[in-house]
Amino acid sequence: MKDNRPVNLDIGTIRLPITAYASILHRVSGVIMVVASFLLLWALEQSLASPEGFASLGELLANPLVKFVVWGIATALIYHSLAGVKHLIMDFGIGETMEGGTLGARLVFGFTAVSAVLVGVALW
Amino acid sequence: MVTAVTSLSRSGLSDWLVQRVTAVILLAFFVFVGVQIASGVSYAEWTALFAQTWMKIFTLLAILSLAAHAWIGMWGVFTDYLTERLMGSRGNVLRIGLQLLTSLSLVIYVIWGIQIVWA
Ligand code: HEM
Ligand code: HEM
Repeated sequence: MKDNRPVNLDIGTIRLPITAYASILHRVSGVIMVVASFLLLWALEQSLASPEGFASLGELLANPLVKFVVWGIATALIYHSLAGVKHLIMDFGIGETMEGGTLGARLVFGFTAVSAVLVGVALW
Repeated sequence: MVTAVTSLSRSGLSDWLVQRVTAVILLAFFVFVGVQIASGVSYAEWTALFAQTWMKIFTLLAILSLAAHAWIGMWGVFTDYLTERLMGSRGNVLRIGLQLLTSLSLVIYVIWGIQIVWA
């Protein structure tokens, strides 16, 4: 085989449709949530263990880095949930056309952006 | 397929359905807890909520759903990328290793969750 033949599927040179970004972000946000679940469980344990534990979470949230991490987790969860609901709707055969897929992806991105700002306002 | 042995139910159709049912349970739980937190809770209100049997059951149901949902989800991710085709035989070793690690972590989440909610 000649190894200087042109590469067909060089994904970096292809302009992907918005549905492709919606799909891969659903995957990325899902993996983020698997890791984040550890922190959520830890927070649940702290918050229920004692009044001091509960208060210490509030104090932790004053740290800008912690704020950012919580914001990131919330945004990943919101995106994953909205894209997940879109999945469930499409499983019922609704919006399975190219136009439907594009519209769905736009709606999910739009609602996530608005929610991310709202969570940011609530945190800061 | 040798990859099927590490799937949750050994059946793609069943995994697909479990993935969806657990998604709805997780969504309900996160919306409920999210609304509680967003409206502001005191320690007393928060512990009173989790002291109720229905909330303990709801929480444990959510953690069990998380384990099944993430098991199926991560199986899909690992069997897509960590394969013999993409990585040679290294792919098989890496995939099985990470799958074991993931499954073990999820089982630990469940045990930990029981201990948090019921201890
Ligand atoms: C099982 C999951 C979670 C647990 C156990 C948990 C626990 C807590 C606790 C104990 C506090 C302190 C409350 C206070 O000091 O009044 C807190 C604050 C907060 N959490 Fe979480 N959290 C969880 C998930 C989330 C999620 C998913 C979001 C975003 C959608 C979120 C957003 C916030 C915000 C915005 C605050 C600040 C609220 C305030 O200052 O009144 N949390 N969380
Ligand atoms: C902590 C909570 C959650 C975690 C850790 C999680 C994790 C994951 C992972 C890793 C995947 C596999 C992604 C892929 O193969 O591309 C997945 C898929 C999925 N998730 Fe979640 N998820 C969570 C919550 C939710 C919620 C709240 C929904 C809401 C509806 C949801 C809906 C879905 C659906 C429908 C799929 C299947 C996608 C497909 O078949 O391709 N998930 N999740």
